[in-house]
Amino acid sequence: MDIRFEEVGYTYQPGTPFQSRALFDINLSIKDSSFTALVGHTGSGKSTVLQHLNALKKPTSGQVTIGDRVITNFSEDKGLKSLRKKVGIVFQFPEAQLFEETVGKDIAFGPKNFGLTEEEGLAKARELLPLVGLDESFMERSPFDLSGGQMRRVAIAGVLALEPEVLVLDEPTAGLDPQGRKDVMDMFYNLYKNQGLTVVLVTHQMDDVATYADHMIVLEKGTVMKEGHPRDLFKEAGWLSSMQLGVPSTVRFAHELEEKFQWMFDPLPLTTDELAEQMKEKLADKAGESL
Amino acid sequence: MMEKLIFGRYIPGHSFIHKLDPRSKLMGAIWFIIIIFLANNWLTYLALTVFVLTAVKLSEINPKFFINGVKPLIWLILFTVILQILFTSGQTIWFRLGPVVISQEGMLNGVFIFMRFVLIIFMSTILTLTTMPLSLTDAIEFLLRPLNAVKVPVHEIALMLSIALRFVPTLMDETEKIMNAQRARGIDFGEGNIYQQMKSIVPLLIPLFVSSFNRAEELATAMEARGYKGGEGRTKYRQLAWENRDTIVMIAFGLLSVGLFLLRT
Repeated sequence: MDIRFEEVGYTYQPGTPFQSRALFDINLSIKDSSFTALVGHTGSGKSTVLQHLNALKKPTSGQVTIGDRVITNFSEDKGLKSLRKKVGIVFQFPEAQLFEETVGKDIAFGPKNFGLTEEEGLAKARELLPLVGLDESFMERSPFDLSGGQMRRVAIAGVLALEPEVLVLDEPTAGLDPQGRKDVMDMFYNLYKNQGLTVVLVTHQMDDVATYADHMIVLEKGTVMKEGHPRDLFKEAGWLSSMQLGVPSTVRFAHELEEKFQWMFDPLPLTTDELAEQMKEKLADKAGESL
Repeated sequence: MMEKLIFGRYIPGHSFIHKLDPRSKLMGAIWFIIIIFLANNWLTYLALTVFVLTAVKLSEINPKFFINGVKPLIWLILFTVILQILFTSGQTIWFRLGPVVISQEGMLNGVFIFMRFVLIIFMSTILTLTTMPLSLTDAIEFLLRPLNAVKVPVHEIALMLSIALRFVPTLMDETEKIMNAQRARGIDFGEGNIYQQMKSIVPLLIPLFVSSFNRAEELATAMEARGYKGGEGRTKYRQLAWENRDTIVMIAFGLLSVGLFLLRT
């Protein structure tokens, strides 16, 4: 499902002394079955954009097209529910949304709101637990007895249970340990690869952007500064740092090697594997020369 | 809806009223609510209105915001005013239908009650818009201090007040976040019949309570770790300073009170 923003502007608390403009004439599109990374400094408007993706907020100017629904300032609130089923959002620290007595019921909560029966919902929960790295024994446990990482997984399962076509992730790995981070991100990547899900990832982790995303949008002060493939955007390390953003560790290392040994990396390596591959070639060349 | 609520929020500024000591502002606002009941004729209400409008002017805040502050309460005010108009009997009767009587006195009473509401709201809006919540709790702590003598734990009350005020915006943000998260999971807040609406509140309330418990525990630990042991022997970082302008304000309130006494019938 495509999502398109046309000249979208958003103002918080218009007409009060606390009024503040968060978005300025944003144009962007998120293509079906893409993995889009939305990056920007804190306060750049990422979260506001995110809440437009399933009409939690309506633009104060311009329009957002989600699939075949057009949302403008004047759109009615009726019938947004079906939209919310198609666009699932995993909010930052989603463990704060758990409330049912058991993990199973909590995961089944979303599907039940969209018309499934209790049994169908619970069956879905049982199905999803292994996917997020928990086993069936968790079904009957209280979500409040779990560790932070396990709660996070339950909350994510609760969103996946809606079977969304678009999955929006707001810093899904914030506050997780390195292994948990990798597990969670790999899980999302597999969903994207195997089930053709459209994924929108909001993050500060440039390594994640480099490893997983195929499209990258840079926001700054409520406007889109640049968008394109991560490989192209990461070439401009200086520009990114002027946006108070960094480059992935592989790119940083590659730049250092370029400077030190006058190596040229082409294409720019984004993952450790790519970097290792290119270094192997370079070293083999070198060995050949010295012989 | 919460976004539109102006009442009870602080707007930073450097006006005469902003610079006043919170104690004089708080005492003034409370005193105003007491003396407004002295007013009972056109002249006294005129004096009060002039006083309040002067204060609004001195606060250098856009008068539009004061009117916005009245808006959420307008139905309550109109309801009271209309009851007052319909059920006050009097000498000069304009219209009568069974128990419903519209008299000149009733009309006048209605207008006075309307003014009383608006003036009180304006005055308290001036107080909250120009005073930081934390200064307000300092003022409350100071003014309650005499109660220490009768074993009222004034410091603890003030501490709870300032913590509560500090966490109001945090909890509002949290509420909004959880609401959004549950909406994304298919909850429609404020739709359906009363039973459905109450049911939809559960997924909001439980996480809010749980996070408040967690927050309270973390805050208590952090306070202990920083050496908090209670009110005994503590010093104050924010010192309140009474200045000439505060005395002037108190004198103005005194003159207003005397004026009202003389003018009322």
